[in-house]
Amino acid sequence: MLAAPRDGATTSGEPQMALIDLANPTRFLALTQRLLPWLTAATLVVLAAGLYLSATAPDDYQQGATVKIMFLHVPSAWLAMAIWGLMSLAALGTLVWRHPLADVAGKAAVPIGAAFTLICLVTGSLWGRPTWGTYWVWDARLTSVLVLFIMYLAVMTLWRTIDDPSRAARAAAVLTLVGTINLPIIKFSVDWWNTLHQPASVLRAGGPTIDPSLLWPLLVMALAFLLMFITLHLAVMRNEILRRRVRTLSLMKAEAATA
Amino acid sequence: MMSMLGPHAVFIVAAYAIALVVLLGLVAWVLIDRRQLARSLDELQARGITRRSQQGRQP
Repeated sequence: MLAAPRDGATTSGEPQMALIDLANPTRFLALTQRLLPWLTAATLVVLAAGLYLSATAPDDYQQGATVKIMFLHVPSAWLAMAIWGLMSLAALGTLVWRHPLADVAGKAAVPIGAAFTLICLVTGSLWGRPTWGTYWVWDARLTSVLVLFIMYLAVMTLWRTIDDPSRAARAAAVLTLVGTINLPIIKFSVDWWNTLHQPASVLRAGGPTIDPSLLWPLLVMALAFLLMFITLHLAVMRNEILRRRVRTLSLMKAEAATA
Repeated sequence: MMSMLGPHAVFIVAAYAIALVVLLGLVAWVLIDRRQLARSLDELQARGITRRSQQGRQP
């Protein structure tokens, strides 16, 4: 049997990976402190570029200027699904490895995912009225995204219902993994059923069908939204670590008072 | 500006305005939460309550 490496060295004598160091909440907080200003600046720069490209993009030959709603709707829809995917990975980290930072990552992603799903639903509805003639229709794509939004609210409620963070994390992880079934339903709903929503036009086999003059602003806005998510996620994770410290110290204070 | 956006300008402006409100609300919540947590942590530490890992480092 191999002896366990000590003092941060691997069996090959090399320093341990920095990724493992991130599992330590104190080191994670220090790294977040350094990264957040840069990430915020990068988000603002890319968002400004995305908004400029969106404002100056040509009108669509059928939809006219309403195509500008796509630059908000599509990136928020991608993030709404990707964030649930991230929460599913964090849920595995909670249930399989029982790592507290996985709990924190999962919990921190929930309100952000809910916000992007809300933006997706509202902008889609506002795009649907002039394009389809209706704000809402109970077709498979719209309904499955609404179910995703309700699932986000359910996970958020679960976290608030259970006081003990580790018990809440396990319950939320199970609900998250159950909700993952909805992701392929959302993605393929436009192929499996006859929907009013159009089929995929960017992430599809055979490449995008959107003209480059509209595709580039969309991709820059998607990058801006991704950077915004990373920045917000790290900031909310930092808050959650501080919340747990406050909780621990409050319990210690209560214990000291009763002793 | 509104006239440049065509007959459906109100839908476009509403979409961007609502997205802005939701995202600014999220940012405001993060910043307010951070400030309240930092204040609570400072108050507890000012009363001499520190984490066990920090107790050895106390002067």
